[in-house]
Amino acid sequence: MATRLTLADVERIAALAHLELTASEAERFAQQLGDILTYFDQLQHIDTTGVPATTNPVTSVPVMREDTLRPSMPRDEALANAPDPGGHGLFRVPKVLG
Amino acid sequence: MPAPDVQTTADIRAAMADGVTAVEICSVYLDRIAAQNDPIHAFTHIAGEQALEDAAAVDASGQGRDTAFPLAGVPIAIKDNISTRGMPTTASSRILAGFVPPYDATVIERLRAAGAVIVGKTNCDEFAMGSTTEHSVSGPTRNPWDLARVPGGSSGGSAAAVAARLSPIALGSDTGGSIRQPAAFCGIVGLKPTYGRVSRYGLLAFASSLDQIGPFALTVADAAVLLAAIAGPDPADATSSAEPVPPFSASLGEPVAHPTIGVPWKLLEDGVDADVSTAFTTAIDVLRTQGATIVDVPLPHAIYAVPTYYVVAPAEASSNLARYDGVRFGFRAPAGADRPDLDTMYNRTRDTGFGDEVKRRIMLGTYALSAGYYDAYYVKAQQVRTLIRRDYDTAFERVDAVAMPTTPTVAFGLGERSADPLRMYAGDVFTVSANLTGLPALSVPGGRDPSGLPVGLQFVGRAFDEATLLRLAANYERDAPCWREAPPTAVLAPSIPAPTR
Repeated sequence: MATRLTLADVERIAALAHLELTASEAERFAQQLGDILTYFDQLQHIDTTGVPATTNPVTSVPVMREDTLRPSMPRDEALANAPDPGGHGLFRVPKVLG
Repeated sequence: MPAPDVQTTADIRAAMADGVTAVEICSVYLDRIAAQNDPIHAFTHIAGEQALEDAAAVDASGQGRDTAFPLAGVPIAIKDNISTRGMPTTASSRILAGFVPPYDATVIERLRAAGAVIVGKTNCDEFAMGSTTEHSVSGPTRNPWDLARVPGGSSGGSAAAVAARLSPIALGSDTGGSIRQPAAFCGIVGLKPTYGRVSRYGLLAFASSLDQIGPFALTVADAAVLLAAIAGPDPADATSSAEPVPPFSASLGEPVAHPTIGVPWKLLEDGVDADVSTAFTTAIDVLRTQGATIVDVPLPHAIYAVPTYYVVAPAEASSNLARYDGVRFGFRAPAGADRPDLDTMYNRTRDTGFGDEVKRRIMLGTYALSAGYYDAYYVKAQQVRTLIRRDYDTAFERVDAVAMPTTPTVAFGLGERSADPLRMYAGDVFTVSANLTGLPALSVPGGRDPSGLPVGLQFVGRAFDEATLLRLAANYERDAPCWREAPPTAVLAPSIPAPTR
């Protein structure tokens, strides 16, 4: 069964993914993602009753380590790549609250 | 005895043992890069002065003549999604334009300690998502065997650099075939280690349960040397394995006695180009002549590997790429006068900063993980992943390795598949299983098609048994000499200088 994505579906997914798509992108993605999701449908025919899910392909043993103190990255290095370091040792972002 | 066109790490070290300096070696490769990077476009950043300084430090240290440091003074190219302190690292994405990491990936720390000299960063598909190296903000890399064709991807720049003799070795990353497929298309050796064999710390994450860093080289012996230098546990990566790292190089000279090699013949029935099939059958005959027993292995769920992969990888990518938001590093879209708020900045930064293929996968992954679809897509795919692994576990009860072509076709033309994502994804049919199962897999040059384009022969092995893959491939390589020839655009001059004493 073909999976069809409406423009509203695509816009809902884009909002979840923090993407502001242009109108032509939304149309193109609706078609392409619909085709890809239809292609995924073949997985539904496989009997996976009682089969555990693989998350780590090699081991599922959690790794423990001591919680030891070590120096963190100097602030000026951490800020060196910021698009807007703001000048006060902080990352500056556009207004959050009205 | 390598042909003169093959300059291995051992050749470079032999020259250094005879008095050639690391600076001279570095200059040779920088000159070649200057001569041929345009038109191949393997490198997006050439280290130049920095590389020469690093080489001078190796000369001062004396490591270049110390056999405990087999990579000291050897140039290496690094895929641009591996973090290098003080050197641009962009994953070929606009969203990381101008990013210069304040830290080295663990593999880079290890290579620096080993005295390897980084000559530059190589082009890739954006965030390693693609099979052609066409999805790069700086434009495509071209295949050194035919400049009208793709080098494969996503590590196409690293593969093209080694094939064109612009660097003797390189690092790439492999999430669904991104080392092995370009190695096959470019006629060189590429190895995806077992998941956990090599630290992922400092690798720009794409799909965390699939990603591995691994070597490119002209010969199996060089791939072994490079793997040994980067392998082993790392406290900074909790998924790195404490499994002991065997001496890969030492065992290369001993062929596996009477190996049993499985071939999934049924999987190869459909969709494999006739020329690739012919080359593969010839390669299997070579293995037989060498004493291998070839058996049929059913891998009944392998046909589902591509759809499984394209659920799992985008799901993990959609989460990993959430960090690119225009706040802490990289590109930020200018705030619009219409809506100058934080959310609009995020959304516009991400829409302008990411290319189409990355956006497609973020959207797919977001959908597969969203309420109401999580069980049907993500959980289902993770269950099928278990079934694919069980098929391999069953096969390994009676075989030492599984062999198949690395890719169903040889390198195709630039632009030929970029408009059709599903057609592009279908080409990953033989490579993605190794990532889903975590198993190690190696591609070695396995012949040519009638027009001279390389074909890759792939071996998949047991978890943490890279040693067997390397031994099988080294033995095959000895009797299948196609790897000795350089592609037409390879740069063989300047050559490594003659010893000064």
